[in-house]
Amino acid sequence: MDFITIIQILDSTMRLATPLLLACLAGLFSERAGIFDIGLEGKMLAAAFLSAAVAAATGSVWFGFLAGVGASISLALIHGLASITFRGDQLISGVAINFLAAGLTVIVGQSWFGLGGRTPSLAGDARFNPLEWPLAETLADIPVAGPLYAELISGHSILVYVALLAVPTSWYILFRTRFGLRLRAVGENPGAVDTAGISVVRLRFTAVIICGLLCGIAGAYLATGLAAGFVKDMTAGRGFIALAALIFAKWRPWYALYACLLFGFLEAIGNRYQSIELAGFIVPVQFMQALPYILTVVILAGFVGKAIPPRAGGAPYVKER
Amino acid sequence: MDRMPKWADVLLIPLINLLIAFALSALVILAIGKDPVVALRTMVQGSFGSTNGLGYTLYYTTNFIFTGLAVAIAFHARLFNIGGEGQAALGGLGVALVCLSIQWPHWLVALPAAMIGGALFGAAWAFIPAYLQAKRGSHIVITTIMFNFIAAALMGYLLVEVIKAPGSMASETSPFPPGASLPTFHEMLAPLGIEFNRNTPANVSFLVALACLLFFWVLVWRTRLGYEIRAFGQSESAAIYAGINPVKITVVAMLISGAFAGLMAINNVMGEAERLILNSVEGAGFIGIAVALMGRSHPVGILLAALLFGFLYQGGAELSLWENIPRELVVVIQALVILLTGALDGMVRGPVEKLFAKRKPA
Repeated sequence: MDFITIIQILDSTMRLATPLLLACLAGLFSERAGIFDIGLEGKMLAAAFLSAAVAAATGSVWFGFLAGVGASISLALIHGLASITFRGDQLISGVAINFLAAGLTVIVGQSWFGLGGRTPSLAGDARFNPLEWPLAETLADIPVAGPLYAELISGHSILVYVALLAVPTSWYILFRTRFGLRLRAVGENPGAVDTAGISVVRLRFTAVIICGLLCGIAGAYLATGLAAGFVKDMTAGRGFIALAALIFAKWRPWYALYACLLFGFLEAIGNRYQSIELAGFIVPVQFMQALPYILTVVILAGFVGKAIPPRAGGAPYVKER
Repeated sequence: MDRMPKWADVLLIPLINLLIAFALSALVILAIGKDPVVALRTMVQGSFGSTNGLGYTLYYTTNFIFTGLAVAIAFHARLFNIGGEGQAALGGLGVALVCLSIQWPHWLVALPAAMIGGALFGAAWAFIPAYLQAKRGSHIVITTIMFNFIAAALMGYLLVEVIKAPGSMASETSPFPPGASLPTFHEMLAPLGIEFNRNTPANVSFLVALACLLFFWVLVWRTRLGYEIRAFGQSESAAIYAGINPVKITVVAMLISGAFAGLMAINNVMGEAERLILNSVEGAGFIGIAVALMGRSHPVGILLAALLFGFLYQGGAELSLWENIPRELVVVIQALVILLTGALDGMVRGPVEKLFAKRKPA
C-alpha cells in the first residue's frame, strides 16, 4: 500500500465518518437527556430525501438543507410527543419513525419525480461542493505534507468541517454550560431536576430538537454532499452504526469522534477492497461490514470496559402529584 | 380497579388506533393525487377477490403469525425482541441445511425435521443477546438490532462464498429435493373438490402457524413456564421474590421467541422459494412488532393482526401494479400502526378512559 492510497483511504474515511458523527452526536444529546432514540436512521433518511428534493426543485442547496433539517426536526417532534408528552415506549416510537421515513420518502419521491423513489441528480449549486483551502494547489507538490494538506484537510464540503466542529461544541455545551449540566442531570435523575424547579419536559424537548437538527444535517450531507441526489433507503443502516458508535463511545463526544472515524475507516476499507488478506487469512468484505456491530456487542457485553447508559434513559418521567 | 370495560381495552382501542392509521394513510394517498376509495377497493379485490389473491394473503399471514408470536412471547417477559428479522434469516439457513442434507422420501418426514432445524437456528441466534441481557445487563434492543446486521452480513457471506449452488449466477442454494416440497393449498384442497389457484405460495405451513397459535396460548396461560414468564414480565422483583430465576426466564423466553421467528422459514424458504435466497425474510421480522402490538400479544389478536397485514401486503402489491402507488404505502401504514398502538397509545387511551369514567360515575 503506497502513500497515495493511504491518503485516499483516509480522505474517504473523513467523508464517510461525517454522517455517522453528526448522527452519533444527535443521539448523544437525546440519550444524555434520557430519551432513547433508535429513530436516528429514519430522521436521516427523511432529511436526505427532502434536502435532495428541494435542492433539485429550487437549484439551491441551502434551501434543500433547510427543508431537510425541517423534516428531521418534525420527526423528532413526533418522537418527543410520543415519548415525553404521552409517555409511550421510546423504542417502539423510534422503530415507527424509521418505517415512516422509509415508506414516505419513496411514496412522495415517486409522486414528485416518478423515478422509482430517486430524486434527479444534483449538480452545481444544488450540491455542497468541496471547499478548496488556500494554497492547496500550490502546496500539493511538497512531499508528504503537500498531499496531506491538499487531499485530507482541504477539499471537503462545508458540512464535514461542521461535523468536526460539532464535537468540541457538543463537549462544551454538555460539560461546561448550565444547560448541559441540566441536560445530563435530566438523563440521570429527572426527579432531582424537577425538584430544583426546572421543567423536565422542556429540557427533554430541547434535547430531542437538537437531535433532530443534527440528524437533519447528517441526512442533508448524505444526499447533497456525499452523493449527488437521493436514492431509496440511502442511509443503509448508518443510523444504527451511529447508535453503535454512541455506545462504543460510552456517550461521550470526543470518543464519539474516534468511534465514528474508526467505523468510517472500516467502511472506506470495505468500499475499496473486496477482501483483505491478513496474515494468511482472507478477511471477507462481509466481515468488515459486520465489524462495527460485532465490536458494539462486545463493548455492550462489558468484557472490554463496560458501557453504562444514562440511568433514566428510556423511562418516561411522571411528575408526582 | 379497571377504568374501563375489558372489551374497550382489547377491541375499541385497537380499532380506534387502526382507524386513525387508515385515515392518515388515506391522507397520504390523497396528497399524492390518488383516490383512497379506489385504492381500498383495489386492495380488497386484489387480496380477497380471487383464490389467487387469497393464496398470497394467507402466505403473508403465515409469515406474520410466526414473527408476531416471536415478538409477543418476548413481550410477555417484558423483553423487546427487535431481532426477528435476523432470527428468521438464520432459521432459513437451518431449514435449507436440513432440506439439502438428504433426499427426503416424503414431506411429512421432511417438515418436522425442517421445523427443528429452523427453530434451532433461530433460537441459537437469539441466545447470545438473551444471555448478554440476563447475565451482563446489555440492552437487548440494541444487541438484537446489531445481530440483525450481523445476520445479514453472515448470510451474505454464506450465500456468496459457501453454500451457493455451483454454477449459479444468483446468490442462492440449489433447489431443495422434491421430497422436501410442501403441499400448496391447491394440492391440499383438490381432493376435497375445492378449486384453489395453483400458482399461489400458500401452503401447509399455514396450518402449522395455526397450531403454533394454539401452542402459544397453552404455553403462556396454561403452563408453569408461561406463568413464570408472565410474572417476570409484570414485575421482575416480585418474580424473583417468588423464587423465579430471572436469568432462566430471560433466556428461555428469548429462545422460544427466536424459535418462532426461525420457524417462519418453513413457509418462505421451504414452502415458497424451495431454496435459500438472499434477503428471504423481506422485513417480516419487523412486521411481527406491529402484529404483536396490535394483537396485544394474544393468539387471537395476533391471528387477526397477521391477517390484516397479510391483506395489506398483498393489497399493497396490487396497488403498485394497478394504481401506480408504491408498495411502500404498506410500510407507512405499518409505521402508523406501530406508532399509534405502541408509542402513542396514551393519546387514544386517555380520552377513552375519561369518556367511560364520565358515563359511569364510580
